[in-house]
Amino acid sequence: MRPQREFSKFPTMEEKQTIMRRSGLAAVAAIGTVSLLLAGCSKAEDDSTDGTKAAGANAATKDVVNASTQKGGTVTYEYSDVPDSFDPGNTYYAYMYNFSRLYARPLMTFKPAAGDKGNELVPDLAESAGVPSDGGKTWTYKLRSGLKYQDGTAITSKDVKYAVERSNFARDVLSLGPNYFQQFLDGGDKYKGPYKDKSAEGLASIQTPDDTTIVFKLNRAFQEFDYLVATPQTAPVPQAKDKGIDYVKNIVSSGSYQFQSYDEGKQVTLVRNKNWDAATDPLRKQYPDKIVVNLKVNAETIDQDVQAGNAIDLGGTGVQAATQADVVNNADKKASTDNTYGGRLVYLAINTKLKPFDNVECRKAVQYAIDKVSVQTAEGGPIRGDIATTVLPPDIPGYEKSDVYATDGNKGDVAKAKEHLTACGQTTINTNITARSDRPAEIDAATAIINSLKAAGINATMKQFPSGKYFTDYAGVPKWDADNNVGLMMMQWGSDWPSGYGFEQQILHGDAIGASGNTNLSQFDDKSVNELLEKAIGTEDKAARDAMYTEVDKKTMDAAALVPLTYFKVLLYRPANFTNLVSTAAFSGQYDYLNIGTTKK
Amino acid sequence: MTAPIETTAAEAEAQPEAVLAGAGKGQIEGRSLGQIAWSRFKRDKVAVAGGVIVILLVLIAILSRPIQALFGLDPNAFNQDLIDPNTSLPKGAWGGMSWDHPLGVEPKFGRDIATRILEGSWVSLVVAFGATILSNVIGTILGVVAGYYGGRVDTVISRLMDTFLAFPLLLFAIAISATLQGGAFGLDGLPLHISVLIFVIGFFNWPYLGRIVRGQTLALREREFVDASRGMGAKGPYILFRELLPNLVGPIIVYSTLLIPTNILFEASLSFLGVGIQPPQASWGGMLNQAVDFYQVDPQFMIVPGLAIFVTVLAFNLLGDGLRDALDPRSR
Repeated sequence: MRPQREFSKFPTMEEKQTIMRRSGLAAVAAIGTVSLLLAGCSKAEDDSTDGTKAAGANAATKDVVNASTQKGGTVTYEYSDVPDSFDPGNTYYAYMYNFSRLYARPLMTFKPAAGDKGNELVPDLAESAGVPSDGGKTWTYKLRSGLKYQDGTAITSKDVKYAVERSNFARDVLSLGPNYFQQFLDGGDKYKGPYKDKSAEGLASIQTPDDTTIVFKLNRAFQEFDYLVATPQTAPVPQAKDKGIDYVKNIVSSGSYQFQSYDEGKQVTLVRNKNWDAATDPLRKQYPDKIVVNLKVNAETIDQDVQAGNAIDLGGTGVQAATQADVVNNADKKASTDNTYGGRLVYLAINTKLKPFDNVECRKAVQYAIDKVSVQTAEGGPIRGDIATTVLPPDIPGYEKSDVYATDGNKGDVAKAKEHLTACGQTTINTNITARSDRPAEIDAATAIINSLKAAGINATMKQFPSGKYFTDYAGVPKWDADNNVGLMMMQWGSDWPSGYGFEQQILHGDAIGASGNTNLSQFDDKSVNELLEKAIGTEDKAARDAMYTEVDKKTMDAAALVPLTYFKVLLYRPANFTNLVSTAAFSGQYDYLNIGTTKK
Repeated sequence: MTAPIETTAAEAEAQPEAVLAGAGKGQIEGRSLGQIAWSRFKRDKVAVAGGVIVILLVLIAILSRPIQALFGLDPNAFNQDLIDPNTSLPKGAWGGMSWDHPLGVEPKFGRDIATRILEGSWVSLVVAFGATILSNVIGTILGVVAGYYGGRVDTVISRLMDTFLAFPLLLFAIAISATLQGGAFGLDGLPLHISVLIFVIGFFNWPYLGRIVRGQTLALREREFVDASRGMGAKGPYILFRELLPNLVGPIIVYSTLLIPTNILFEASLSFLGVGIQPPQASWGGMLNQAVDFYQVDPQFMIVPGLAIFVTVLAFNLLGDGLRDALDPRSR
């Protein structure tokens, strides 16, 4: 899962790669700050939109906007930074998971559909969903027939096996993606990856009995394995063409588009893949002639280009604060926006191991003391997030509305907070609160929290750290927290795949507590929660699983281990001139990039 | 400088200063170097204006907390009812200006900008003065020692200066400020941040003054009064601090006055980058940092702290320039 570890300038937490798909949010924010100062004089007028009426606010979160089968033209994407990698086996950003499908087909993928409907898995390279056996410990996939690479050679299940091996087991070469397969595949801890282990057999727990069948043998029952194979890590890579870290310069396409040029850190151009056959692919439509990605574009310029209908924001993290202020006050422009959940929760973790917060009454005092409306306003208002009262956000299965610590208008209740403080045997608490220095919204939220806690007699002092070291050196190191009296920690969490397990395991399971790189910041270690999570992932029935995730959510809130602040939302500007725009929950509310076309020639 | 031929009492000040004043009236009044400098300074209207503003700023900074207490102001009080939650911007024109909030309120929190500027003033000046004093003390002592003793002592100290000058100061400052966030030297919170800033800014700036002092000392130590003092049996420390140092006061004062605005800017830059003063404590650099996101839609919020920094730096610079001209007319 991802507490958005996206600030690429700082060293990342290689040793704890299970942490989340990154969304590029902080990078945008930080770079935006600087680039606003440098430039910001370029003008783009809105008149280039060709007079079509906007579909209305949030239209793309309900249905496909500008549905069209028109072919031709060039679709341009812009991004304010650079992605970790275009290599499907070496990326962890949600937008790259989304975009890479144009040239790299995973076994399964998410259906291009609006909102929650986009969370549905559909077979992509595989002909149908995985067939579990052995109680969910063995998963078998059958590839479609007639699959070809861009050079016309056939795609086999061995290429899929090789792709998983290189992306998960050769951490010294390709380290940027998650390593779930290494954790869940049988014998995964011993295999050293295809660059070191040159044996023909490779990893024994992935078997390829024939060219169209692939079997995964896991070390435990894992009923959500289909989600794992929906990452770009299962997109086939021909071993003969793999050059390790340099594969990114000559990626062999299995999708509807192939690389025409790759200019690292600047521009990428994709053109139609002639050897891609629509008969083997019910999802992709190959509408535009060409797809161009411009990198390192000033965040403000992106906003202007998007409003002018000339580009799509690849990062999908939404418009800048200034643009937001402009857009929401203008009815015409507002009709071209999509304001949607990003599958993430902004919360305040309470250190359950630190005195006096080891006492549940003290934690409840914090729950009641915080004015969530004030926090929400500080973060940028309802457009940037709805007030949260549960661990699971509404776009994750298992969410059930509840509010254990309800206060009048969510504005906090000082009297109740003081009651609980007294029950805890305290009158005042002095503590520290950590936040990530490169995330302005997080610092602003912490500022609002400090303000409302003060009224209840809890004095918190803010400590800021760069996000690249937040988990490895500071908040994610339990001993450091204890030594520095850190009782409260700002946190944001999103799921690698849309399920309660994907969301909850890394932040609530006792086993997730580590000496460093810890993402269970509350150090919440509740036996019944741990058991529920283990039981859930081995349960075949989805409804039963989801019910258990709801139960975990409830238990966490009863124990007051964290204060949900807001369900994170993004404000996307829907560029005119582009067709088939649909905002999907599966990719943090981004538009689904598979079939975007253009009306421009 | 040509003196007018006919001399009247009123024009006495325009005379060549070194000689006599009031000669026309038959009074002979000797003037000290300080008096001469002061009369020169008084004539420089721009510098006087700078000086007046500096005095006002220092008064404001010293009285910042008492003023807040007197009027019941709290720089950290939220007024989110004045904020439009959809845009994060203050309601009303000019960044939410009103009688209650004469300079408007911040986006997002609705904190009063005037009060935060007031609060930020003492932080800025404490850091700038503290850092200046620190670098002056180190720079003066090491400079005078290096210049007076020469030889091996000079070599060691001069190389030390070179080493310090070679430090990438800004990067170093960012690194130190970021690492000391967690608390150090038994300090925490605001006192820690202020001490760290004073240390970082002051400790790495001393070689600039050190070099100036060393150069002046090199010239002074060959002068007759030093020889005379030595001839009468004075030892090193006495000569250093009683003979040389008083003659170095001029350059030190001038350099300090010019260093203070640099340090104010440095403090603002570090706070702007998020490694200086930490929110919610108000600081001018921190306010600018917040304002960046809103400069198009709420320019008011950026202009106010920007102006505060601008006026302060300009006033100190004008004062410093005036002082330099007054104390050392040859450098004009």
